[in-house]
Amino acid sequence: MSAEVLHVEKIDKYFFDPLKFQVLNDISLSVAKGEFIAIMGKSGCGKSTLLYLLSTLDTVYEGSIDIIGTRVTGLSEDKLARFRNEHIGFVFQFHFLLPEFTVLENVMLPALKSGRLDHKAIEERAMEKLRQMEMEEYAGKLSGKLSGGQQQRVAIARALINNPDIIMADEPTGNLDSANTAKVLAIFKQLAREGNTIIVVTHDLDFAKESDRIIEMSDGRIMPGVGVVPGGGGLPDGSIVSGGGSVLERVVAGGRV
Amino acid sequence: MKIPVNLKIARVHLLSRKRQTVIAMLGVTFGIAMFILMISFMKGVNQFLSDIMLSVTPDIHVYNDFQTNYSSSVTSRYLDENPAKWIIVRHPRPKQINLNLKNAPGIVGDIRMNREVIAVSPLLSVQLLFNYGPVQLGIITDGVDIREEDLLFKLSEKMNSGRPDNLLTTENGILLGYKLAGKLHVTDGDMVTATAPSGARMRFKVVGIYQFGMALMDEYKAYVSLSSMQQLMGKNRDYITDIRIKVKDINRARSLADVFTRKYGYKADDWETVNASLKAGNVIRDTLTYVVSFTMLLVAGFGIYNIMNMVITGKMKDIAILKAQGFDKKDIIQIFLSQSMIIGVLGGLAGLLLGFILSYLLSRVPFPADEWMVIKFFPVTFEVRHYLFGAGFGVLTTLIAGWLPSLKASKIDPVAILRG
Repeated sequence: MSAEVLHVEKIDKYFFDPLKFQVLNDISLSVAKGEFIAIMGKSGCGKSTLLYLLSTLDTVYEGSIDIIGTRVTGLSEDKLARFRNEHIGFVFQFHFLLPEFTVLENVMLPALKSGRLDHKAIEERAMEKLRQMEMEEYAGKLSGKLSGGQQQRVAIARALINNPDIIMADEPTGNLDSANTAKVLAIFKQLAREGNTIIVVTHDLDFAKESDRIIEMSDGRIMPGVGVVPGGGGLPDGSIVSGGGSVLERVVAGGRV
Repeated sequence: MKIPVNLKIARVHLLSRKRQTVIAMLGVTFGIAMFILMISFMKGVNQFLSDIMLSVTPDIHVYNDFQTNYSSSVTSRYLDENPAKWIIVRHPRPKQINLNLKNAPGIVGDIRMNREVIAVSPLLSVQLLFNYGPVQLGIITDGVDIREEDLLFKLSEKMNSGRPDNLLTTENGILLGYKLAGKLHVTDGDMVTATAPSGARMRFKVVGIYQFGMALMDEYKAYVSLSSMQQLMGKNRDYITDIRIKVKDINRARSLADVFTRKYGYKADDWETVNASLKAGNVIRDTLTYVVSFTMLLVAGFGIYNIMNMVITGKMKDIAILKAQGFDKKDIIQIFLSQSMIIGVLGGLAGLLLGFILSYLLSRVPFPADEWMVIKFFPVTFEVRHYLFGAGFGVLTTLIAGWLPSLKASKIDPVAILRG
């Protein structure tokens, strides 16, 4: 297996409002370069919380997180911001573009912030990413005027602009109709094929089927007995050894229907 | 195209809500414009009042401020002189006091030698009674060397008719204030009769009428030549009561006055001491101006604070996105603080311009006609430092008003917002 991109060691996290409540319980996880991972689980199981910890946006937890060999746990807020900018691309459920900016400007912003390329080079690269998403014809449009599916594709282009080491997505298809879901799914498949490391939190079984590995969470824990799904180009029937009553059974069931 | 990314974001934010931006700017604009207008006008008023005062106040005034000395008393001559015995005189009176300056020609000559002095006007000032039928008007009449007096107070610029020099060419000529002339119903060439305290009378011929724009000068004052006055008083040609002095630098008047006091033994007052109340008035008007202007800018500041707070509440999502993409606290502060600074600077510049225009217009408004005031338009000053102060104050206000909301924006927790 190739180099480890993400290493999570014994994470606990609590919410204190309104009552003390343990959201994450002893989470340990390792992600290799080029892996496409889906995190699944019921609402409130802590999967989104985990993703926000991994993305370094949330810093209040016990345990440790290493990303591409850097211990991000305990870094200052400003250093984390810099780190996110350079190494992590984030896609949200609600596409979240800046509505007063054009599509192109939205994609360019993270690169302008990092400031490693000049304006022209950034623009070229942004156009290239938009082309990849088949959104280049909308480059000059205000992003607030696009449809949800189009916005989500722009958001993915934005996540890719700094060639991040990990792409994280929180329910990227959660708010889309089936046609757009299919498009976004195809994009993620393509990204996985190109060797990107991807972590996706999703409810969507079709989406999860495309991943290399599914991590199932329940009540703040990672469910045992879920192995690596071989292949990665679809989930062959009957290839999963599942813990009883888990999502994966339904995955298999869904595959059969 | 080399605008830093944070400024670029700030610009887009400002332009995407033009109306709010303009309203916030207008707050600053009006605050600063009113400050400029008020301070220019108040300073103009101060200047005007000072000019009027200075136009009738000599830079230095030397006079005999008589001090009665009762250390020796005639009482001992009449009562027996016993050191153990107290004699208390409750209301002593002097037997004789001379109000004139001794050795006046010597003093005048000496002061004229001083390099800092432009003009020296010796003066014999007496209250004369002018008869108007059965009425007697008490008028302070100055016997002067009219040429020197003209140097001091620019009398020749204030004549309604006649010339000051007429006093030199006409025997027993008199210059009257226009109000007084009206009261006495006389004009140039008419005769007036004046009575000295001693009872001596003299007839004067009116040779000029002046208007200072002050009741003190126009209604209760008259000028005659020094020699006429000395003659009327039955005094010799060296008898004078006051010396008025004009100096090159009026800021040196106070120290020169001290020098003269010590040197000649007579009291010498400078213009500042005499017009202390004017100075107090200036300070009060200045304070008022600054208090009102500060309040206005404070209100403008609250306007900006309010609008920036609203903007930031509306932009919580954007701030969270920016943070998720690696914009740190400093960037967020920059983005929002620069918006408020742009509002402040542009609004401030517009305010300076508007303030200048309003001040200019005010300076062209005719002053309501009043026979006392020799003023045609509202008095307004135009001073660069007021504009610099206004600009600086405006920028400072917006800086503070923008800082607090920006700080709040930088502390927004992106996770709470992105999770919805």
